Amino acid sequence: MGRYFTIRIGRAALTIVLVVTFAFIVLRLSGDPALMILGPEAPPEVLAAFRKAWGLDDPIWAQYFDYFGAIAKGELGRSMRDGRPAIELVLERIPATLALTLPAFFFKVALGVPAGIYAALHRGSGIDRAVMMTAVAGFTVPSFVLALLLVLVFAVQLGWLPSGGQDSWRHAILPIATLSLGGAAVLARFTRSAMLEVLGQPYIRTASAKGVSWRKVVTSHALPNAAIPTVTILGFMVGTLIAGAVVVESVFAWPGVGRLLVVAVANRDLAVVQCILLLVAMTMVTSNLIVDFLYGFLDPRLRSKGAHA
Amino acid sequence: MSPPLVEVSAISRTYAMRSRMFGRAAAVHAVDDVSLTIPRGQTLGLVGESGSGKSTTGRIVLGLEPPDSGEVRFDGKPMAALGTTAWRAQRARMQMIFQDPLGALDRRLPVATQIREPLDIHGLGTPAEREERVRELLRAVELTPAHGARYPGALSGGQRQRIVLARALATKPDFLVCDEPVSALDVSIQAQMVNLLCDLQAQLSLTLLFISHDLRVVRQISNVVAVMYLGRIVEIGSADDLFARPEHPYTQALVSASPAPGRRSAGRIVLSGDPPNPAARPTGCAFHPRCPRAIARCASEVPALSAVGGDRQVACHLVTGAATRDAA
Amino acid sequence: MTDATLKETKAFSRRISLPAIPVSVALAITWIVAMLLIAAFAEKIAPYGFTQLDLRNRLAAPGNAAHWLGTDELGRDVLSRLLVSIRISLLIAFGATAISAVVGTILGFLAAHFRGAVEQLVLMLTDFQASMPFLIMALAVLAFFGNSLPLLVGLMGLFGWERYARIARGLAISANAQGYAAAVRQLGATPSRIYLRHILPNIASTLIVSTTLVFPEVILMESGLSFLGLGVQPPMTSLGNMVGYGREYLTRAPWIMLAPATTIVVTTLAVSVIGDWLRDRLDPTLQ
Repeated sequence: MGRYFTIRIGRAALTIVLVVTFAFIVLRLSGDPALMILGPEAPPEVLAAFRKAWGLDDPIWAQYFDYFGAIAKGELGRSMRDGRPAIELVLERIPATLALTLPAFFFKVALGVPAGIYAALHRGSGIDRAVMMTAVAGFTVPSFVLALLLVLVFAVQLGWLPSGGQDSWRHAILPIATLSLGGAAVLARFTRSAMLEVLGQPYIRTASAKGVSWRKVVTSHALPNAAIPTVTILGFMVGTLIAGAVVVESVFAWPGVGRLLVVAVANRDLAVVQCILLLVAMTMVTSNLIVDFLYGFLDPRLRSKGAHA
Repeated sequence: MSPPLVEVSAISRTYAMRSRMFGRAAAVHAVDDVSLTIPRGQTLGLVGESGSGKSTTGRIVLGLEPPDSGEVRFDGKPMAALGTTAWRAQRARMQMIFQDPLGALDRRLPVATQIREPLDIHGLGTPAEREERVRELLRAVELTPAHGARYPGALSGGQRQRIVLARALATKPDFLVCDEPVSALDVSIQAQMVNLLCDLQAQLSLTLLFISHDLRVVRQISNVVAVMYLGRIVEIGSADDLFARPEHPYTQALVSASPAPGRRSAGRIVLSGDPPNPAARPTGCAFHPRCPRAIARCASEVPALSAVGGDRQVACHLVTGAATRDAA
Repeated sequence: MTDATLKETKAFSRRISLPAIPVSVALAITWIVAMLLIAAFAEKIAPYGFTQLDLRNRLAAPGNAAHWLGTDELGRDVLSRLLVSIRISLLIAFGATAISAVVGTILGFLAAHFRGAVEQLVLMLTDFQASMPFLIMALAVLAFFGNSLPLLVGLMGLFGWERYARIARGLAISANAQGYAAAVRQLGATPSRIYLRHILPNIASTLIVSTTLVFPEVILMESGLSFLGLGVQPPMTSLGNMVGYGREYLTRAPWIMLAPATTIVVTTLAVSVIGDWLRDRLDPTLQ
């Protein structure tokens, strides 16, 4: 088992390295970083000083390692718009984004998983069909469309909820709803098929035939086994949540990291973009590691020595 | 007399296999110091149970895998290195037919196209000539052009194997390795296949290496038989003689286990112990844990393959000891 | 062994036999064909130019004779813009899907053929691609490189390549290990012949099914980017673009946003339905 985790941690580190490399390559390929970060109006001496300070005259390998070093030290440049350190800008917006994504994650799981389980247990019923259909809606309706539809219905037509800004807790309802609904539908579908696959296994029939009550069969055998593939998709969901947050925050004018990213991209504020990219990478890597740990823990085949993941 | 078509000298091949995730890599001696010669136009039968290394030997002889040590010479020249252009060109002279004919055929193409493929690959003849050759080959394996138009899924196992055979013969090879070609077929079809092979061999002067675990089949087609156990040859000799008077205890057990008309079932030698595990090879003679006549020496010293009269060679301390005693 | 004829024969016979198509799939196919026709002939069927202004008729509601789907804030005909947007969005989606399928399949084959370091590199890249949300990486690239249509298509072309690569690699490895690829190789065929003439046709159905899964996601991704103002730039218009514009006028003129949004959803749905059906038909063993 130790070996399993070592591999996973190694892979995580490798992903971070790759992301940093990716950022470095894109940064270098796209033009003179000095010009881009300081802007075209910067006077030549400033540009030269910048280049010297950032070692842009050094060979590319030295630059690469320096880049790594700078990132490790948290020197991620300054925002072009207001000159503040990019990392500060990003960090101060994280709470706002978490205020949306954490509840959304919770709701996704709380809605999606039970719905999927129920649908699997009552296959062919009305609920099952409803779940499947909403699941289809979940991945064909993009989050921005869903957001706008919700605004149209709840804010414009019915006037129940505000459509933008961050002033009260009520403002959070629509964004959270948008983030959770799409994902919940997909999660429901996935959970359903995981459950169905498990329920179709011979050992379930055996347990039933042995006289074990259906409830016990489900709780002791089906659910734990279905949990394993479901856990792996949770890690993937973190990624979609992050992407979803970008769109949702933009639609609802919610001042989180996602909105910051969109604005930074539009303004080509590279330091901020870079910073957010790395933040997202760290988040993804951490969540994948957590999923891997959970997976290793849940799947007894991995816990015992000699099993292959 | 012309030199043998195929000369195999002391080839060995070892795989490193991890038995467990945390275990040490176990070395599997799939093939260990195997030497064979196959004269032109003759058939060498290679017999053994699973794990004996016969398939690997077949692949090495054909040049599909490089040996770790030792050499294979074809028609006097060493085998070309795997994957090179020379190797690909050499394929026209030597071919293989496999145990699973369905797996060896592309399900999406009609079989006639697949028979044609070697001709396309090696650029032999004009398109019209290739079509004619395909028809000729279909006739040779006793199938019709209507069969040729079908897809592999629409043919029976025996028919598929004939297609594979026809494809293998397309470039008029000199040498054919048959790796368990009839094991997957019904027993009645097996006999037909073997007869077909024998006929074709006679017609086309083919040299065959016939690999099988089924003694009856091997007996029918082989001139010389080699018996393998855990990667080593334990006995080799002309077919009829070997089956009539097996010398090595393992060969004796094999022969007694395979039914033959006229032989009573009493006197069957049943081997004790577990089937061999290639990853955990016994010391000394690999067969000694199961051998009913093992002596102390068998556990410590590996017996060498030595001549015991006629063209027979046996790797057994008891047999060679007795032979040298007799000769003395 | 078996003398039975396998069911697969039917799928490979030259005659195309159409089994009963479910209603939903038929509808989906009809929609997609309609979309393709629109994409091809957008300019000819559009009643107005898509940038044509009609300032006296701004924000007109749909249903009037002159503008079936209404007009936007600059008096531009929504229907015409919709038709052109469909073309652009579909063009990008097709281009991107083609690029990612080709790139992914080639990389998968390379990994399967060479094994060793090449394979590890490709696997690393696929892991990397799969672990980062594509939107974030696309935004980063757009920030650094700015915006232009070829860049956008190229960027979208990197969407989903890892899925093809995984499939191609897996299937090529199993084909190589045993079976027809090994048999043809020992006939003396060159690797390119094996891959192109044997392996690729055999895995084509799986790849096609993947394409139907990736295609709608490309549409959604490009719409999302355009909606944020970072994808297709004006004066060009795409479906996401239109939704982005329509957002400003959600209260007053929701049709500006509803028409393209509906198109996105229905098109994505249609492709998914076709994809599911294809998957069931071609390879029931696939999840």
